[in-house]
Amino acid sequence: MIEIKKVEKSFGDLQVLKEVTHIFEQGKTVVIIGASGSGKSTLLRCINRLEEIDEGSIKIEGLEVSQMRQKDLALKVGMVFQQFHLFHHMTVLENVMYALLKVKKTPKDLAKEKALEGLKNVGLSDKVHQYPKQLSGGQKQRVAIARAMVMEPKVMLFDEPTSALDPEMVNEVLKEIRKLAHTGLTNIIVTHEMGFAKEVADEVVYMDDGKIVEYGPPKSLFEKPKKKRTKEFLNHIL
Amino acid sequence: MSELFDWTRIEGWIPFMVKGLSVTLLLAFLAALFGLMLGILVVLMSRHKKTKWLAATYVDIFRGTPLLLQLSIVYFALPQVLEALFFMVGFEVDVQIGGLFAAILTFSLNSGAYISEIIRSGINSVDDGELEAARALGVSKFNIFKDIIWPTAFRNTFPSLMNELITLVKESSIVSVIGIQDLMRRQQIVSSQTFMYFEPLIVVGVIYYVVIKILSKVARRIEVKLAYD
Repeated sequence: MIEIKKVEKSFGDLQVLKEVTHIFEQGKTVVIIGASGSGKSTLLRCINRLEEIDEGSIKIEGLEVSQMRQKDLALKVGMVFQQFHLFHHMTVLENVMYALLKVKKTPKDLAKEKALEGLKNVGLSDKVHQYPKQLSGGQKQRVAIARAMVMEPKVMLFDEPTSALDPEMVNEVLKEIRKLAHTGLTNIIVTHEMGFAKEVADEVVYMDDGKIVEYGPPKSLFEKPKKKRTKEFLNHIL
Repeated sequence: MSELFDWTRIEGWIPFMVKGLSVTLLLAFLAALFGLMLGILVVLMSRHKKTKWLAATYVDIFRGTPLLLQLSIVYFALPQVLEALFFMVGFEVDVQIGGLFAAILTFSLNSGAYISEIIRSGINSVDDGELEAARALGVSKFNIFKDIIWPTAFRNTFPSLMNELITLVKESSIVSVIGIQDLMRRQQIVSSQTFMYFEPLIVVGVIYYVVIKILSKVARRIEVKLAYD
């Protein structure tokens, strides 16, 4: 469970999170939607402390994030980025093995076994010795998912995982994320893929102007939004 | 009438001139080595608020004035300044700075200023996203530097660093003004002894050219090896 309480965050004069409060429940898949600049990516980045919050509190399994060591936090929370961010000078296999070796101190043979297994899960067994630049965007993102998942996190954060992809590659990535829902893993996904949100999410959160405007099960939020701003947003994009 | 290139008269002087190569190379390699250490130090200093101004001032001064001026200040003016300072605190001493020492010091300081810029741009060339990904995976700062920043920065800066070394080999010729017997100085000595200019200049020129050709070939080889794909 992730408890977010009255979180504030500013970049210079620009306040991007305004008293954000929410509880992300254990094992649920939550999709955060909202316009660009609404603060959804920043909220995600505050959860694994890629950004430090100015005020408020974020707790994961009862532990205050700001008090945790980066390593301990990283072992609980995995992240997938819009731009993949694979290590460009390492092969696919090395990318996936790297944190197992350096962070978890897994013995090399076991790390390799786990990495191969992880790459098999995302259907990339034939690409293990290639370098990132030899892969398509969709393949890169699947490697990034494998890289995060081999660490066996409790929570996965997806920051617009399909926004940088060519349309024909969106589905292969969504397919992998879909597999992670309802497995006991807590997923928080920032996305513009509304169809995906409807189908996979246990809960949808709508953010606007640094605040959570409305949240609820996808059916009710998409079909019967309560707030005027949510309605306007949904009309605009659907 | 004499020949255009009088080989018989210059031949005997060639070993004397070649000896200057060791001084030239010693100077260039030491300056590159100390310059690299200094460059790294400056980059580290420029990342801390308290030492940032010092790093910036140093780079600014050494890049903003001629090398010959810097060398002259260290070799000719610094002893005078040090003597005056010692005198002020009650010591009367005769300060002398060895030519080679002055040259290595000046070239290292000068090179450090340029190399710090090379290193800075190398580090900037590392994709911030990869650093974030490493942080999100819980990789320690040390390992991020060792495994993510360093390999990329080194590959990206290597050509510029080799270029700096080659520049140093060529620029070191100005130490002849403080009497160090490098290649260039030895040509001047030969010229003054034999009243020949064209021949010794050509000999020294060929030596410089060959050495620099070898250095660039080696650099190119290493660059190819550094490319991972």
